Amino acid sequence: MRFFNKLTDFDFTGRRQLAFMLSGALIVVSLLSLVTQGLNFGIDFTGGTLVQVRFEQNAPIVQMRQELDKLDLGDMAIQEFGDPREALIRFEKQGKDNKEQQELLGGVMGALEGIVGKGKVEQRRVEFVGPQVGDELAEQGLLAMLLSLGAILIYVAFRFEARFAVGAVAALIHDVFLTMGFFSLIHHEFTLVVVAALLTVVGYSLNDTIVVYDRIREEMKRLKKQPLGTVINEAVNRTLSRTLVTSLTTILVLLALLVLGGAVIHDFALTLFFGVVVGTYSSIFVASPVIMFMDKGKPSPLQGGKPTVESA
Amino acid sequence: MRQLPIWKPILVIAVSLLALYFALPTLYEDTPPAWLKGDKIHQGLDLQGGLYLLYEVEVEKAVEQDAESLVDTVKSVMRDARFRYRSVARSGVDRVTLRLSPESEAAKIEAALKKEVADVVITPKGADGFELVFTPEKIKSTEEFAVQQAIQIMRARIDEFGVAEPSIQKQGKDRIIIQLPGVKEPERAKNLIGRTARLEFKIVDDKNNEQALATGRAPPGTALYSFQDKGDGIAPGKILLKKRTVLSGKHLDDARPSYDQYNMPYVSVKFDRLGGRIFARLTGEHVNDRMAIVLDGVVFSAPVIREKIVGGQASISGSFSPQDAHDLAIVLRAGALPAPLKILEERTVGPTLGRDSVNQGINSIVIGGILVVIFMALYYKGFGMLANVAVVLNIIILIAVLAGMQATLTLPGLAGTVLLLGMAVDANVLIFERIREELRSGKTPLAAIDHGYGKAFSTILDANITTLITAIVLFQFGTGPVRGFAVTLSIGLVASMFTAIFVTRVLLAMIVRNRRLNKLSI
Repeated sequence: MRFFNKLTDFDFTGRRQLAFMLSGALIVVSLLSLVTQGLNFGIDFTGGTLVQVRFEQNAPIVQMRQELDKLDLGDMAIQEFGDPREALIRFEKQGKDNKEQQELLGGVMGALEGIVGKGKVEQRRVEFVGPQVGDELAEQGLLAMLLSLGAILIYVAFRFEARFAVGAVAALIHDVFLTMGFFSLIHHEFTLVVVAALLTVVGYSLNDTIVVYDRIREEMKRLKKQPLGTVINEAVNRTLSRTLVTSLTTILVLLALLVLGGAVIHDFALTLFFGVVVGTYSSIFVASPVIMFMDKGKPSPLQGGKPTVESA
Repeated sequence: MRQLPIWKPILVIAVSLLALYFALPTLYEDTPPAWLKGDKIHQGLDLQGGLYLLYEVEVEKAVEQDAESLVDTVKSVMRDARFRYRSVARSGVDRVTLRLSPESEAAKIEAALKKEVADVVITPKGADGFELVFTPEKIKSTEEFAVQQAIQIMRARIDEFGVAEPSIQKQGKDRIIIQLPGVKEPERAKNLIGRTARLEFKIVDDKNNEQALATGRAPPGTALYSFQDKGDGIAPGKILLKKRTVLSGKHLDDARPSYDQYNMPYVSVKFDRLGGRIFARLTGEHVNDRMAIVLDGVVFSAPVIREKIVGGQASISGSFSPQDAHDLAIVLRAGALPAPLKILEERTVGPTLGRDSVNQGINSIVIGGILVVIFMALYYKGFGMLANVAVVLNIIILIAVLAGMQATLTLPGLAGTVLLLGMAVDANVLIFERIREELRSGKTPLAAIDHGYGKAFSTILDANITTLITAIVLFQFGTGPVRGFAVTLSIGLVASMFTAIFVTRVLLAMIVRNRRLNKLSI
């Protein structure tokens, strides 16, 4: 079985203007979303308390809101979580010390038991992050992101050429940006786990980009006389089957994770899913064409065109 | 290709068997049989349930306490030498101000103080006094000691509470991370660990008590303390105590839960020899007074002293549950924390949620794995099956290494495994696509295989090293679950390079060895 029966010769670089327009539009949408509604930062970054509870029956969300409102918990959000019987309560208020924190939680559980009766609600997960730690976690997340980009830049520049490194990092920033924009649009909670997923997307997308770059380098030696556009087209076409097969197998398992992995891992899987799709796109349409812009300062209109395959 | 060095298949078989041996205990649902000595994979708190706590030791409180005792020392120096002074008081976290009377001899006093107090810088403050400030080294060592002692005391408390594999680590200058896997009563554990447990005995100022309660004003040397609700009919409220602590928990030798004649739990405490003597003298001097037992600034009880108590025994009663009495005895025995703790971060995962996560994670691995295997078999036929063998071996090696290293498998780690499954075939896909290309350009099957592996190798190396870079950065800067994910990802990457490149090639060589190939099943 194979996806393409013949050798493909899509003119990827010829359509780079279209691709850049598409990417540009998506980035604008992401930017708009990030600016207007921002990211829905979870307590990992904002500080606060999160309680996940499971009821014997469906979670009485409306009643919960009424009862918990009386406790004056500050900014509060209640939502169903994965299963209609489960609910996630997030609130801003924190106890000053150990004891107050305990009392706060005790109050929340007490209020819930008041609704459904004692023993009919189970506390499944509690997360509390102090504001100071939240800031530190955010800082570390950002630092990790920048450092890995820096390390990659150096590695690629060393193994390939500087312009390849610029292309790779441009593609990565593109992917991270779009994924964050996506998160802003769907308004899911942005947590530490999502940052881990984001970094994994970076890893995956880079993997894809490097494979194409490797081929470009190889084709550059083989097609010495050809314009860069032709070389890139040839490389992307030759690696297209591999790109699609690997994306497909990865997406297959991510689908399994999305459907069967449970609520806690859902956002992690969703981030990866979106990131793998974007990463695959960017390795073809962003990472490679960027090299052309970097080529001798400015792109020449003659550089596109159909690949000419020499007899091997 | 035709010449297969014998060590290659031996290495493959050896690695496979070794991996299987270390992976098997984890694969067993229950206890593995005795001949399997390896450990199971260590599950993170998010998978097995448990409690993660990040505390900050409020070290400045420890310095403050030092300053308080410096006040006492200065007072006693002044008293002993009969120097005249107006006041001594703490004037900041790390400093004490001594105000002198106009007629006192400043130079003599300074000399006397210098002789008696160490680690303190004495500077004249205005015309009529001194400021005593701890040296930076002294403050640093006080802070370090407070954190160290806090760790020790917490460890003692946790040990008595009974947790299978507790982990207590210092982080940074003044932070402590505590991980308690499988704890079923997180609330109780938190109460036990975080309680300062500063026990003090103070005398009740009954003479001024009523007036103080009425006006809310405490005469000098006394303060209003809150009285704990004991459920004994006496309303919780305030009580006027003399500020001076006559005896503290420092002099405790032992504390045990016990039951009185009405079967009510209480905690009996035994003082050390010095404590016993102080207690005897105190009770002798204060017959018919009330003595308040103060825990962490709250009055527990204030019984009337009937007679002088010798023998160094006392009891702390309150309306305890047996469990309260038990826990109180533990914290008293382990000692008071040198400084209060502030809780910075807490993550509790209930055991049922952990179990659900594991089940769901494993389900998605199995289903995702099956999907990939089916796809590879359909897409690459015979070679696809070869890749499938590699993927299965990859997973086994991953489990074996995680178990062998005693690395911790977390929920994102589990998810990482799922992702690895998808990516694990990548190396093989690269190789197989190359082989297809070589075949297309008219190479013989064996030459196509050789070229396929050869050309794909550097690509695989570059691609994996870059991913490894992100994994290492993740590990360096991530915390908890994120680190677990990075570990899983790195091991998986290295394992997939071995299985996808080396193992498949050796298997291939063994298969084609005695056969003449005209056509490849790819």
